[in-house]
Amino acid sequence: MSGSRMKLELTRVVQGRSRLGVLKGLGKTGQHSLEVPGCLLYTHLGTVPHLTQDTLHTLSPLPCVTQVNLSNIAEHRDVLEEFKDGFRKFAGLHDTVLYCSLHDPAAPCPTGYTTNKTVSVWGSGGRIELTVAKFMALQKTVQADWYQSMADGETWQNTTSRKRVRKSVDRTLAHLDECLLVHQSSQELKGVEVFGVVEGGDILEERIRSARETAKRPVAGFCLDGLQTGSVDQALRIQLTSAVIKELPEYKPRLMQGVGRPDEVLDCVDAGVDLFEGFFPFQVTERGCALSFNFDISPDPERAGRAPPAVLDLNEEDPAGGTQENGDVNLEDQTQMTHFEINLKDTRYQDDFRPLVNGCGCYCCRNHKRAYLHHLLVTNELLAGVLLMIHNTAHYHSFFGALREALANDKLDLLTRRVLGGRSKQKE
Amino acid sequence: MAATIECGTDTNTLVSNMSVKKAVEATSALTLRILAECPVTKARACDLILPHSSVSTPVFMPVGTQGTLKGITVDQLEGLGCHICLGNTYHLGMRPGPDLIEKANGLHGFMNWKRNLLTDSGGFQMVSLVELSEVTEEGVKFRSPYDGKEILLSPEKSISIQNSLGSDIMMQLDDVVSSTVTGPRVEEAMHRSIRWLDRCISANKNPDKQNLFAIIQGGLNADLRKACLDEMTQRNVPGFAIGGLSGGEEKDDFWRMVTLSTDHLPREKPRYLMGVGYAVDLVVCVALGCDMFDCVFPTRTARFGSALVPWGSLQVKHKQYAKDFQPIDSDCQCPTCKRHSRAYLHALFKSDTAAMHHITIHNISYQLTLMNSVRQSIVEGRFPQFIQTFMKRMFPSRDQYPSWAVDALASVNVTLE
Ligand SMILES: [Zn+2]
Ligand SMILES: [Zn+2]
Repeated sequence: MSGSRMKLELTRVVQGRSRLGVLKGLGKTGQHSLEVPGCLLYTHLGTVPHLTQDTLHTLSPLPCVTQVNLSNIAEHRDVLEEFKDGFRKFAGLHDTVLYCSLHDPAAPCPTGYTTNKTVSVWGSGGRIELTVAKFMALQKTVQADWYQSMADGETWQNTTSRKRVRKSVDRTLAHLDECLLVHQSSQELKGVEVFGVVEGGDILEERIRSARETAKRPVAGFCLDGLQTGSVDQALRIQLTSAVIKELPEYKPRLMQGVGRPDEVLDCVDAGVDLFEGFFPFQVTERGCALSFNFDISPDPERAGRAPPAVLDLNEEDPAGGTQENGDVNLEDQTQMTHFEINLKDTRYQDDFRPLVNGCGCYCCRNHKRAYLHHLLVTNELLAGVLLMIHNTAHYHSFFGALREALANDKLDLLTRRVLGGRSKQKE
Repeated sequence: MAATIECGTDTNTLVSNMSVKKAVEATSALTLRILAECPVTKARACDLILPHSSVSTPVFMPVGTQGTLKGITVDQLEGLGCHICLGNTYHLGMRPGPDLIEKANGLHGFMNWKRNLLTDSGGFQMVSLVELSEVTEEGVKFRSPYDGKEILLSPEKSISIQNSLGSDIMMQLDDVVSSTVTGPRVEEAMHRSIRWLDRCISANKNPDKQNLFAIIQGGLNADLRKACLDEMTQRNVPGFAIGGLSGGEEKDDFWRMVTLSTDHLPREKPRYLMGVGYAVDLVVCVALGCDMFDCVFPTRTARFGSALVPWGSLQVKHKQYAKDFQPIDSDCQCPTCKRHSRAYLHALFKSDTAAMHHITIHNISYQLTLMNSVRQSIVEGRFPQFIQTFMKRMFPSRDQYPSWAVDALASVNVTLE
C-alpha cells in the first residue's frame, strides 16, 4: 500500500516458524511499535471492560495497540460523523494506536445473515447490515490506524459445506478488492493500514487459496479468521495455520482471531502467528475467575522450578471441576473455566488472605486478598469485575512478555511446560 | 483517652471550656475543632479528628454497603478526597461475617481502606429490608434471608459486630419507626432507644478507638424529640446523630425536627444527619447546624446514568446527549469530566459497566466538591451568599424554590432573593 509505514522487523525466527520481532511504524505519525508475538488491548467501545482510565493506568506496560470493533461502533455512526475527529478522540483515548476489527472476539456472532454484498454486525440495538460502501464510510469516520477488511467468516460451524466455504473465500476476496478501491481513493484513509482476511473454513485447499490470493493484494498484514476457539480443534487449527502461513510473505504480520487460551496461543506462535486479540482475560473475569497459570522461566535457581503457589494448589484439585484436558476444548461453550485460572467464588477462598497470585505486581494483588475478591463476587459487587480485570489483564500481558523472552532465549519448551503445569501437551 | 475539645482557632477557649471537657472526658476517640461558625446561620466548619485521619466538615460520606463503593477502588476514592465512608453492619455481619472481618484486621484491612469508616447499627436495614422482624426490649428479631435461621440483633450484638468491623464511628442500635408512624409506638421507640444507648455504651469494647454515636429519635413529635435530646445529651457519647427522618415525611416536618435537634445538641460535639444527601437538603441542613451526612442516592442514581450537576441532574442515557460532545459539567474537575464527553458516556452505557463507574466517580466528586465549597464559604464568612448563588443555579426561577427550604433558611436568617 502506498504510504504504508507498518513494518515488521524480525529479530529471530525459531525453527523457521516462531517469530520474535517488532512491528514498527504504527500510528498516524509512525512513532509507535509493538513487540511480537504480541497481544492487542481488548476493549468495549474503546474502554477496557470494567476499567476507567485511572484503573487501566495502574497497569504497565500496556500494549500500545487498542482494539475496537464495529459491532460496538456501527450503531454510533451518525454520532461519529457529527463528531468528525475520529473514534480515538471520541473515546477519550490519547496516546494509543487504534485497530478496528469487524466483530467482537468475545461475543458470538449469529450466522445466516451474510449475503453476497453484505455482512452483519450485532450491536446493543440489534443487527446492522453493512455493505462495502457503509463499511468504508464507517472506517472513514472511525479513523483507526489500521483495520480489518470486510469479510465473510461464516464458515466455522462444522456443518458448513465445501460450497459455502468456497463462497466465503470468494466473497471475502471481492470485499477486500472493493474495500481497497475505496480506501486508495480516499483522502481520510491516507496512512491507514488494511489487514486482509484469510478464510477457508476447515478445508485446506480453500485456506491455501484464500491466503495466496489475499497475499497478492496490497495489504499490511493478515487476519486469520474462522479458526477461533470453539470452531476447530487445536490440532486442525495448527495444521491449517501452518499451511496458510507458508503462503504469506514473511515480513507482514499475522493476527489470529478468536484464540486466547495460553496453550493455544503457544501452539499458534509455534506455527508462526504474531498477533492475538486480548479478549481472554475478559472472559475469565466474566466467570469470576483469576488467571493463575505459571509462566516463570527465570534462570534464577531459587525461582526456577518454583511454580507460583496459586498454580501448585490448584493442581492438587482440578479447579475446573472436571473440564477437559488441554486441547480437548468444548466446541460449544467458551464460558467454561480452563486450567489456567482459579474460581474465586469457590468457598475455599472465603478466608484465604493471600493475593490472587503471589508476587504479582498488579494493583489488585498489591492491595487485595482472595477473601475480599470472594466476598465481592458472592455479593455481586461491581468492584469484583474491576479488580479481576486488572489482575487478569496484567497476568495475561505478562505471559506475552514471558513468551517473547522464551523465544529470545530458546526456552519455548520450558515455557510450554510451565504453562501446562505438568499436563501432557496433546498434539495431533 | 480524654477527648480534646477545641473551639475556634483560639486556643484559650480550650482552657475556658473545662466544664465541657469534663463532660466528655471519660472515653472518646475524636476531637472536634470548630474552625468557624457562620454569624448568620447555625452552620459551622470543623476539623473532625478521627483515629484514621482528619475529616473536614461539613462532610458528605459516600456509602459502601458491602465493604466496597460501587465499582470504585479505594485509591480512586482517596483520589476524590474522601476521608470517611460508610459500611453497613447488617450486610457485613451477614456476609462475610464479623469473625472473618476481624481476621482481616477489621473492615479497614478487609477492604484496604486507610481512612475513616462509619458503620451503622444494622437496625435500620433490618426494619426496612427484612420481613418478619419483631422488636422486643431484647432487640430486633429477624429471619436470615440466607439460611432462614432466626437471629436476634441486640444492642450488645450490634456493638460486638461493629467492634469486629473496627469502624472509627459506630452507631447505637436504635428502635427504628417509620417517620410517618404516629402514636404511642413512637414514644415507646424513643424511650427504648435511650435504654439501648446505655446498653450500647456498656457493650463497647474499644471506646478508646471507636466512637459510639447516639441517635436522637422521637419521630415528628417535638416534645418526644426534646425529651430524647434531654436524656441522650446527658450520656457520655462523642457524637450525635439525628435519626428517624428522611423516610418519606413532609419536608416541613423534617426541617423542623432537624433544627430542633441542633438547637439542643452540644456545640462541641459532631452532629450527623442520617440518610440525607440531596444537594438542596445538604445546603439547608448545614445552615441548620449539621456536620455530617450520608446517602446512597448519589451512587445509586449514577448507576442509572443520572449525573449530578449544579443545575440538578443530567440523564446521560437520554437520547438528547447522544451527540453532545461537552463534558457532564465543564467546571467539574473529576477524572470523568476531564476526559469524557456526554456523548461518549451515552454510547458507553450500551457497551460496558465502566460507564456506571464514570458517573459514580463524577457524582461522588460532585458531593464532596459541594461540601468543600460550603465549608470554604463558612470559613470565609460568606455562607449566606453561597446559599443564594447555589439556589439560583439549582432552580430556574425564584418561584421554583421549595417552600420548605425557603422557610428553613428564613428560620436561620437567610431570606432567599
Ligand atoms: Zn495480580
Ligand atoms: Zn465530573
